[in-house]
Amino acid sequence: MSGPFTTAFALITSGDPALMQIIGLSLRVTLTAVLIACLIGLPLGAGLALARFPGRSLAIILFNALMGLPPVVAGLVVYLLLSRSGPLGSLALLFTPAAMIIAQTVLILPIVISLTRSVVEDLWGEYREQLRSLGASRLRAVPTLLWDGRVSLLTGVLAGFGRASAEVGAVLIVGGNIAGHTRTMTTAITLETSRGELGLAVALGIILLTLTLSLNALAWGAGQWARGRLG
Amino acid sequence: MTTNRRNLLLGSVTGLASGIAMLVALPLATPAQAQDFITVASTTSTENSGLFDHILPLFQEETGIEVRVVAQGTGQALETGRRGDADVVFVHARALEDAFVAEGYGVERFDVMYNDFVIVGPGEDPAGLAGADDAASAMAAIAEAEAPFASRGDDSGTHVAEMNLWEAAGVAPEGQWYLSTGSGMGATLNTAAQVPAYALTDRATWLSFANRGPLEIAFEGDPVLFNPYGIILVNPERHPHVKAEQGQAFIDWVVSQAGQEAIAGYTVAGEQLFFPNAE
Amino acid sequence: MKRASDLYPTILPLRLEDAGFAVAGATLLEEISLAIPTGRRLIVMGANGAGKSLLLRLCHGLIEPTSGRRIWANGEARPQAQAMVFQRPVLLRRSVAANLAYPLRLRGMGRAACREMAGETLERFGLSALADRPARLLSGGEQQRLALARAWTMRPQILFLDEPTSALDPSATRTIEEMIETFGAEGITIVMSTHNLGQARRLADDVAFLHRGRLIEHGPADMFFEGPDAPEAHAFLAGDLIW
Repeated sequence: MSGPFTTAFALITSGDPALMQIIGLSLRVTLTAVLIACLIGLPLGAGLALARFPGRSLAIILFNALMGLPPVVAGLVVYLLLSRSGPLGSLALLFTPAAMIIAQTVLILPIVISLTRSVVEDLWGEYREQLRSLGASRLRAVPTLLWDGRVSLLTGVLAGFGRASAEVGAVLIVGGNIAGHTRTMTTAITLETSRGELGLAVALGIILLTLTLSLNALAWGAGQWARGRLG
Repeated sequence: MTTNRRNLLLGSVTGLASGIAMLVALPLATPAQAQDFITVASTTSTENSGLFDHILPLFQEETGIEVRVVAQGTGQALETGRRGDADVVFVHARALEDAFVAEGYGVERFDVMYNDFVIVGPGEDPAGLAGADDAASAMAAIAEAEAPFASRGDDSGTHVAEMNLWEAAGVAPEGQWYLSTGSGMGATLNTAAQVPAYALTDRATWLSFANRGPLEIAFEGDPVLFNPYGIILVNPERHPHVKAEQGQAFIDWVVSQAGQEAIAGYTVAGEQLFFPNAE
Repeated sequence: MKRASDLYPTILPLRLEDAGFAVAGATLLEEISLAIPTGRRLIVMGANGAGKSLLLRLCHGLIEPTSGRRIWANGEARPQAQAMVFQRPVLLRRSVAANLAYPLRLRGMGRAACREMAGETLERFGLSALADRPARLLSGGEQQRLALARAWTMRPQILFLDEPTSALDPSATRTIEEMIETFGAEGITIVMSTHNLGQARRLADDVAFLHRGRLIEHGPADMFFEGPDAPEAHAFLAGDLIW
């Protein structure tokens, strides 16, 4: 069992440029997707928590359900949209990192929306009367609630990151696993596995897990520190 | 609409708009891609063999054109060509390739090279293939012994070849011993190594496959097992955006002496994997 | 920013005319008519469930009457120059100073001006040492002091308080009462509910007594404590349980 670990260690320390490129692309794609999903999902989730409109329950159920959207399905849908034969084909986005970012954003968005809605709804229950008393309209309350719930919201964002960095179905279909251009950690693992290079595949998996673990540990630590400082 | 609701809507729309703006700006933000590149749809088995890593740099050096390979199953690769998502298609399924051209999706099919299929299986050879006269009898022997057989089951070129062999052997493969994995060559070989089972594989994948376990070549050499490759330019009349000139340059190079020599020069563990046969 | 002393344009007196509040078929407040004039301290009393909290929220504008009317002197539906403090202080996950600045930011004040006014408030109520402390880490008494200071920052003409000291120990209670007395002295109209008779005696100028959602007694405090007319009020003062 030490084989893959030593391979992993050797890979990283060697600074193999192909590996660095793959890691860099994986991070770039997923982090960008997380950022966009937050830009869209945080206000949307907060709005969903505070607004009352016909069909609200349906919207909540829909987003909750979409959290479990299979990545390969998301990839397929985005593929059909971006293909040259599809409605957005003229954008020439298929088989590029941009397509991968779009597909991962589709995956992360329901998570951010649902968790934000849940957090903001709870906070609204706690703060509603006081905020109204202070003179804050519902719209004005949105940034206040988002900021106040920032530690809990971070958990949602992390969940989104975890889901995206772990998936292979979406990025494989819309990215094409092109060497040097759209090959990420997960698609590289798929490739090496199909080559029978199990040792290398496991080594890549270890690197991916270490990255995700470190990020989660960092965020957890930040959350604990914040809770202690902010109450 | 009350002021509050309108404002809430406005806020959400703004957030949405900025997010979408980012998505749209993405293609502009990504560093300028080499304009000189073509997209080639090929198969996973070809990519796994390592052939592309060997010949593509040679082509790029000579012409400055980068070749980006999207490796999929044969069926998917042809579909990619049909949709215009690739400039060139490079697969090994003659009947499907001819149909592709006949239907107007491709310009013309050219021979490039061939490799061959081999039957691999557990070293002890439980079905006794060692003495088989030809591929069909070898397959018949497996069916009779009901020895485990791992099939790709994914309509790929390899799978089509396998079904043709069963037909020639007069056998309809079904039963507990016949494992249809529905996956690529590598995954199917992993399964075969695990069970252990017989499997039909192209020699290129086999030679570069690292997880053989108890598997060895059980049968080879029958000309029926030869596996020819064809290269086709996606029809620019069907998809005007196709990089026809550069795609054709790639095809011209692959069938030229330089390309053919490059193909012949690719070896794994001292063995040549592909045999050029362009006119 | 209006000062309580500049009572122009004044939003008081606040009038309720036959106001009622019902929800899901249950009538929780009924036929309440009263006028709250400027500059007095009105204590609202009654048994638990009598409707004290609801009455305060109705006056403040957190709920709307389902029957009758609520009328402010300046004709606004919900004037800005009012504030409310709740039984449990609701503070944001920020520093003490930031919590004080928040209502000012809501009203569109610039950051520098907010900081300055918040600083003034901190000094006024002896909270300067706690300025950068996370508000939620304060003790219960300190948090309620902060809530009151935050209300004062808004320079309200009228301040509603819903049992502000029922969760506090006697020392903290006394501090809050002193703050309320100070506000009253500055001319801020106080409307406060309590079930603490001693507190009521200490602070009240006027008393309103609720029983089962009805206002059954309303008048000057000394008259109430000497001898109320309503038998339920009598029983309440005697310490009996009434419902």
